[in-house]
Amino acid sequence: MLSLIVFSAINGLSYGMLLFMLASGLTVILSLMGVLNFAHASLYMLGAYLGFEISKYVGFWPGIVLAPLLVGFIGAMIERFGLRKVHALGPAAELLFTFGLAFIITEAVQMIWGKSPVDYRIPPSLDFTAFELLGFNYPAYRLFMLAVAGVVFLALTLALTRTRIGLVVQAALSHPHMVALLGHNVPRIFMLVFGLGAALAGLAGAIAGPALVTAPDMASHLGALLFVLIIVGGLGSLIGALVASLLLGLIQTFAVSLDFPLAHLVAPFGLSGGSLTLSQISPALPYLFLVLILIFRPTGLMGNRE
Amino acid sequence: MSVTSNLRRQVVIWLAVIAAVCLLPLVFRSGSTLSMMNLMGIMIIAALSYNILYGSTGLLSFGHAIYLGLGGYITIHTMNFAIEHDLPVPAAVFPLLGGVSGLFFAAVSGWICTRRAGTSFAMITLGLGELVVALSLIMTGFFGEEDGFSTNRTKLAHLFGYSLGPQIQVYYLIAFWGLASALAMFAIRRTAFGVACSAVRDNPERAEFIGYDPHRVRYIAFCIAGFFAGLAGALSVINFEIINATSLSGATSGNLLLMTYIGGSTSFVGPIIGATLITFLRIMLSDITPAWLMYYGSLFMVIIMYLPGGLAALIAAHWRAAKQGRISHLLPAYAVLSLPVALFLAGFVTLVELLYRVFGHNNPVPVDFTIAGVVLNSHDPVAWTLAVTALVAGAMLIRRLWSLIDDAWHAEHNAMVEATQ
Repeated sequence: MLSLIVFSAINGLSYGMLLFMLASGLTVILSLMGVLNFAHASLYMLGAYLGFEISKYVGFWPGIVLAPLLVGFIGAMIERFGLRKVHALGPAAELLFTFGLAFIITEAVQMIWGKSPVDYRIPPSLDFTAFELLGFNYPAYRLFMLAVAGVVFLALTLALTRTRIGLVVQAALSHPHMVALLGHNVPRIFMLVFGLGAALAGLAGAIAGPALVTAPDMASHLGALLFVLIIVGGLGSLIGALVASLLLGLIQTFAVSLDFPLAHLVAPFGLSGGSLTLSQISPALPYLFLVLILIFRPTGLMGNRE
Repeated sequence: MSVTSNLRRQVVIWLAVIAAVCLLPLVFRSGSTLSMMNLMGIMIIAALSYNILYGSTGLLSFGHAIYLGLGGYITIHTMNFAIEHDLPVPAAVFPLLGGVSGLFFAAVSGWICTRRAGTSFAMITLGLGELVVALSLIMTGFFGEEDGFSTNRTKLAHLFGYSLGPQIQVYYLIAFWGLASALAMFAIRRTAFGVACSAVRDNPERAEFIGYDPHRVRYIAFCIAGFFAGLAGALSVINFEIINATSLSGATSGNLLLMTYIGGSTSFVGPIIGATLITFLRIMLSDITPAWLMYYGSLFMVIIMYLPGGLAALIAAHWRAAKQGRISHLLPAYAVLSLPVALFLAGFVTLVELLYRVFGHNNPVPVDFTIAGVVLNSHDPVAWTLAVTALVAGAMLIRRLWSLIDDAWHAEHNAMVEATQ
């Protein structure tokens, strides 16, 4: 039981940090540009597939460097030649544009790599047991994921607090209209932020691909979860996104690993949970969480905007 | 145009539409065409219902299919219950039940969804849609296992001796409910409430100042849309006699959005055009090409970037020009552009088909395939070169010559303004 709790905690943490790598980009793009990027999860998927493809030729390590760079470049191009043009048509058109993009990226991935999962493996250099607890092995790759996510988090924090663009981004998070009025919405910042957000998504995909499954449906699963995250965290709040990511990461991993009959949980309240177990309802948990947040705290955990 | 002559025109149009819908099966007799028209009818109701949200009220929903699916599930369970207990309820009334179920679920979930419009609404509907999808995997008692539930419409009580066994009877059932729904939704647009919806869409603050609570208006529109979505779901159950969780999936919701937008969300006929065309293309193209969804998505992107009013706006503009006898002024520009457009499309289609073949996971060896009678080989460098050349040359020529079309439409616009002055 102890090892289960420790392992689930680390797994939840690394999954949560992974979610945050995506949610942070999504939140910043939403606050700065007013665009809800539907294709964000598709870029994550693209990162996983490109990482897989590159790793076939030059190995895993160049893959997780090149794939995010490529995805970042693709993201910047999407902003430069797609979104910037659609921007004139209004926010609904931008949202629909990213939706169409997600649709096409999914199709293109299925066209190139097929509908079934690809064999994107953990590299041999990381395929060992990190530590053993009460007879259970913990894989090193999971720790590696956690470390990468931690480094990205630190770098992001430094970039946000120490660079000029970081300050503009911060200002945009709290006072989007004011930043626009100050003339800071220079298209270059948009392109950079969009590209950086895409690169982060790509990196998340490239390192998550081997641990989770690299399949064409990974985008649609994660996409909806990301929207839940940024609503639950509070629109425009990076800290909120972090808290929500960790919370959801932990909730989901614990719900899956603690295969607890639901009847035991609800029995004290005089309810019968039937034959359901906690792990069975875990896919629905984030969305139930969303509904509860919307009812009781529409601004999200840390946000101040509805 | 005076009010009475406008009304008379509307009545004539609706009577013509009703007559056409009734006579269509006499022209298209084959079974496959009939089942395609049945599907079109269902999709038209669903798309019109979607457009109550998007076109009329400005609410961009990414989870509208759940009301369709839930309406369908309630219908199929009630149908099976009625069959089991020999209740004297004919299948023809079940669409109403589906509608009421859709209305119920929309009324329950709508209040929190419609608090905000715009991006928040979009995200919340997506989240709710995913919640229902996740629940459908858990609550298998209601949603069934992977293959869902099936029923048999002919075992229900017969209405006026019609068993609903033959497809043609189902066609007329769908036609009846489709026309009734379309007429009702058309009428709703014309009521004070319909105008309030437009006001809330265009400027919620000013709508509030003149006494319309935007939240309330959105909520009512959401409920109405839920009703018609549920009705479409029930018709789908009666038509296919089966339902499973794909009917409420995110893909179905996305399909409703794409159909409506491609057809044109700014007019009433737009969703009808979109649903008809996309259903037709889906059935025709998905058999002959693996890339159908790629074309579907590309068409959507082109519409977003170059034709925000959808196909309906395109048709309406040409209709106006034709009515005033000026369509011939546009033809020279169209004739010049038709060649590069054809070149571009040929290049695009060939390239997409080649890409699908070269990456084909079931056939990694070179394959031959046919486009428009021409046999191509997936590993033939000549085919690739020609496709890329056609694509690039077509794109460059279109860029170069597009000003002709712009100029022609400028002239047309000026002539229109002059004519009205």
